Amino acid sequence: MNEIIKICALTTHYGSSKVLNAIDLSVRSGEIMVIMGGSGSGKSTLLRHILSLNQPSAGSIEILGQDIGKIDTTSLNNLRKQMGVAFQGGALFGSMSVEDNIAFPLRELTNLDEETIKIMTRIKLEIVNLSGFGHYMPAQLSGGMLKRAAVARAIIMDPKILFFDEPSAGLDPVVSAELDELILNLRDAMNITIVVVTHELDSAYKIADRITVIDKGKLILVGSVDEIKSSENKTIQNLINRTPRQQQINAEEYLSRLTDNL
Amino acid sequence: MRSIDLVTVIGTKTIAFIAEAGYFFLLLYESLYWLFAGAFKKQPVRLHLVAAEGLKVGIQAIPIVTILCFSVGVMLAIQGIETLKLFGAESQVIFGITFSMTREFSPLIVGILIAGRSGSAITAKIGTMLGAQEIDALSVMGINPVRYLVSPVLLAMLIMLPALTFLGDIAGLLGGALYSTISLDMTFENYVVRTFDVLQVTDLMQGLMKSLIFSLLITIIAASNGFQVKGGAEGVGIATTRSVVLSISSIVMMDMIFTYFISR
Repeated sequence: MNEIIKICALTTHYGSSKVLNAIDLSVRSGEIMVIMGGSGSGKSTLLRHILSLNQPSAGSIEILGQDIGKIDTTSLNNLRKQMGVAFQGGALFGSMSVEDNIAFPLRELTNLDEETIKIMTRIKLEIVNLSGFGHYMPAQLSGGMLKRAAVARAIIMDPKILFFDEPSAGLDPVVSAELDELILNLRDAMNITIVVVTHELDSAYKIADRITVIDKGKLILVGSVDEIKSSENKTIQNLINRTPRQQQINAEEYLSRLTDNL
Repeated sequence: MRSIDLVTVIGTKTIAFIAEAGYFFLLLYESLYWLFAGAFKKQPVRLHLVAAEGLKVGIQAIPIVTILCFSVGVMLAIQGIETLKLFGAESQVIFGITFSMTREFSPLIVGILIAGRSGSAITAKIGTMLGAQEIDALSVMGINPVRYLVSPVLLAMLIMLPALTFLGDIAGLLGGALYSTISLDMTFENYVVRTFDVLQVTDLMQGLMKSLIFSLLITIIAASNGFQVKGGAEGVGIATTRSVVLSISSIVMMDMIFTYFISR
């Protein structure tokens, strides 16, 4: 399978701290790649770099054969038309109805007539099982519906790559499972390459072809679900078994934290 | 130690000021760029957005602009007549009202009002969208956020502020006329004729030119503060207040500079 996304030695800093440390990763065409890690591990930062919302300190990211750090804005915007993103909170425009939100990229980026746009919007609403809710405002939707509406908007341009940022966050297990099904169906029906950033183990096991585990900005392992489960790496085992991190307590440092600058 | 602290504070503030000024001009350039070049880049500034912003910025502000400028016109007439009475030159109040309203008060009142009313709304909207990742959503769709959010407002402001200033001129002159004609026992027709004798196109143009500059200041200060919001709802509140204070301060200072150069 050819590589749709290729990340080489990606490093980034926030101030003096290294948030991503020489990440090498590739995503193959048609697969569902899940990027996993604990809070603050750098997985969302990695996603922001792939989406070119943040610029790295070093390294490169190639998407569909184009180095996103080297192409001009017009080429980047053309590339972005082949990518869809479902943000954690949905990121639907609050001033527009669900239907207008979904139709928005078509209205802004294409010359399609309004009838075609409406038909395409209804098709996507059907796919995410939200037909009949098009006239609702985002504030009137439940968490699960909001995320499905965001998926509908993300797929309206029939992208080649679809990104999900924490799709299951804040959802109950049933709704979360429905969203997992939707992700699998999208991959099968539309043959889209999907990248999911999550820390939900059950969801990752269910949907992933491969899982990437990141901890403290470093890539720990890339492998299938079975490979991840059978890994003896301590960080991965802690993540799988939900083991709390052990804090090393240095008595002197602890005392100085309590008594300094009094 | 204290002098080093002072130097550090001055240095930090200076760098922050330069960075903010740089961001201001960059945003201004980008907004104007999309306004003129958007169509050629297949990302035109949508006219329906300009119309919607024009409605909010301009049409909905008509009542308050009319009331405020009318009141200022009356106030100028009261003060003018009282002062000129000392020299027995009350009838010359027409000069004061006409020049003050068209050159100074009308653009200044409209500018301050729109900075408080629409500038704050722009900052709050962009800041809230930033927090809800809506700006990121625009970017990843390949839609430039400045083209979509700032350029339509800028165009609406550039059209509406001069229009409101002209309306303010009429309301202010009318307010001054009503008080003066009653106070000076003069006919309204006579007052209007004398006003037209006094009023030059350059007086009106001076106010309208100012309003164009104020449009740029209000829009770009509001947008740049919106794009720099940090820290959720509290951050939006802080940025909105900052935006209004900066806009009004810069309008007043720019008015002073403009008046200084135009009257030389």
